[in-house]
Amino acid sequence: MSKKLKKRLIRIIITASLYLPILIADKIINLSTVIPNTDLGWLLPLSIYVVIYLIIAYDILIKAGKNIIRGQVFDENFLMIVATFGAFVIMEFPEAVAVMLFYQVGEFFQDLAVGKSRQSIAELMDIRPDFANLIHENGEIEVTDPELVEVGQIIRVEPGEKIPLDGTIIRGSTSIDARALTGESLPVDVVEGSDVISGTINLSSSIDIEVKKAYQDSAVNKILELVENSTNVKSKQENFITKFAKWYTPIVVISAVLLILIGSLVTKDWMNWVSRGLNFLVVSCPCAIVISVPLSFFTSIGKAAKIGILIKGSMYLENFNRAKTFVFDKTGTLTKGNFAVSEVIPKYRREEILKYAAICEGQSNHPIAMSIKKEADYVANSDVILTNIPGEGVAAKDGKKVILCGNAKLLSRYGVKFEETNKVGTCVYVAINSEYLGVIIIKDEVKEEAYDAINYLSKEGIKTIMLSGDNEEVAKDVADKLKLSEYHASLLPQDKVLKLDEILSSKKENELVVYVGDGINDAPVLARSDIGVSMGGVGSDAAIEASDIVLINDNLNSLLLTKKIAKKTITIVYENIIFAIGVKVAILILSIFGLAPIWLAIFGDVGVALLCVFNAMRSGKIK
Amino acid sequence: MKKTYKIEVDCAVCAGKVQDAMSKVEGVNSVTVNFMTQKMIIDIDDEKFDEVLKKAIKAAKRVESDFEVYF
Repeated sequence: MSKKLKKRLIRIIITASLYLPILIADKIINLSTVIPNTDLGWLLPLSIYVVIYLIIAYDILIKAGKNIIRGQVFDENFLMIVATFGAFVIMEFPEAVAVMLFYQVGEFFQDLAVGKSRQSIAELMDIRPDFANLIHENGEIEVTDPELVEVGQIIRVEPGEKIPLDGTIIRGSTSIDARALTGESLPVDVVEGSDVISGTINLSSSIDIEVKKAYQDSAVNKILELVENSTNVKSKQENFITKFAKWYTPIVVISAVLLILIGSLVTKDWMNWVSRGLNFLVVSCPCAIVISVPLSFFTSIGKAAKIGILIKGSMYLENFNRAKTFVFDKTGTLTKGNFAVSEVIPKYRREEILKYAAICEGQSNHPIAMSIKKEADYVANSDVILTNIPGEGVAAKDGKKVILCGNAKLLSRYGVKFEETNKVGTCVYVAINSEYLGVIIIKDEVKEEAYDAINYLSKEGIKTIMLSGDNEEVAKDVADKLKLSEYHASLLPQDKVLKLDEILSSKKENELVVYVGDGINDAPVLARSDIGVSMGGVGSDAAIEASDIVLINDNLNSLLLTKKIAKKTITIVYENIIFAIGVKVAILILSIFGLAPIWLAIFGDVGVALLCVFNAMRSGKIK
Repeated sequence: MKKTYKIEVDCAVCAGKVQDAMSKVEGVNSVTVNFMTQKMIIDIDDEKFDEVLKKAIKAAKRVESDFEVYF
């Protein structure tokens, strides 16, 4: 709690502990009858209440005074003063103090809530590195500001230290905690030659890093800038409340004046009408929504950033929630972008087939070979003689056995009898001593979490479209598996832009299109879509620049979380707008007919504001 | 030139008022006053930066006396 807040809390406590006993005493013995035989008995309670009033209201009196000199008539401080003075005038002394007391309580909790929210963002800002250990050419180490380190220089990062700049490890291996950046809690192992990004923490041992990017261009700086500036791109709701606030206060204040004037003239019962008009002044501050709406967005964006979802502005969060069409890139977004064995036919010979294939692929680093070796989990003897037949496959001689492993052409060449499979994917046939064993189908794997993600989106009534550079069969297979609404195959990178334009031009005016890609080759598409989402793109400047939402890790669950956060935020924002305006309007109407006591108006001001603020703080909280 | 300053502004409405007032000052190309992050980004042409900034802050203080800019 800041000093300012503590001071305010103490004042509230002092006022409340003076106010309550006096109020009770007043109710029991009626303080205006304490001095007997006089018409001026009301002066006693008045002076007691005025003293309490001054304790709680002095700062507001000063502020209001300053503002009124500058012609700020609709200033909320001034209006509170008018409302409380009015209450004194119509002899409602305890009410006057109560209005001010509760107003201060409300302000206190609002500041507390905003402060808390701000602090959680500040915790995120904790990823900012404070220093770098620069290694000079003569071997000396200098502790310096990361901003002063140049590209190509070498820095040392000791265990426990933050990696200050993006670069490549040139000495040592360690594990790295990237939780602050990605929300991923498992440490990542890195070795010589691995790229590391700034803002992560070196856990186990000392490493030397060759700096690849200056601090301004580093991942950590990009992320910080992005989050800090995010609340500047306002959502529709925020713009609405700004306008609303501009008009609401003057209208309510003018209505109050008219109500008092007309009512008093017509009925001559001016005390009654002043009391009704004062209610108007008490609820004339739109604080509840003015503070809670941006607070919702701010809280959500902050919490999202903590789990590796960077949203460039409230507007994008809102639009993301509204979008009814999601366009996905295939490789690297819906699929893992690496190859894996999807099927072995016939199934009962699976292990045998994989083992022989692994023997053949023993020395290859090709992604297909790697996927077979990974699946087979078998290390071949080194005395196997391998013969590579380019474009067809490998023939291996292991003792007396001759193993063939490759495409249909290879087996035909060796005169092996077999039937070609019609399965989708890359087919690796295996034969031993001219006898056909079976076939391994290798595919780019669909991400496990993609099923849930697409399923969720479909349930929300969202159209899912996949764009792919792969051939029709492969694309159709993925689309069918994930139950996508549409897919377009065999697209070259420039075709993707055209296709997206087609989708954009065929939609209705208010509809929005989200594009999700890995940000590597699709910067133009990301920029063209209404909301561009790039995944796993911390390293890529183009992706961060071109997209509106950046998912630091390439897990589709992040996309799902973004959707949930967006949905919840917007729901809360509307709840608050409708609740706050609804209650205030209801109180205004009741006040016109004299049915609302001033206590209800106080609730309409402070109570509503607090409820809205607490509601706003739930934003971004996803179980 | 765009510059970012740490500021103190007490409420969301005040931030809006301050932003409004500053953007009306001649020479201020654009200004964003962010209540949540307590930061202000102001864009003023280089040659008259200091002079215009001073005017803008004065205009801001006129509508919101508690407004503070930290240099």
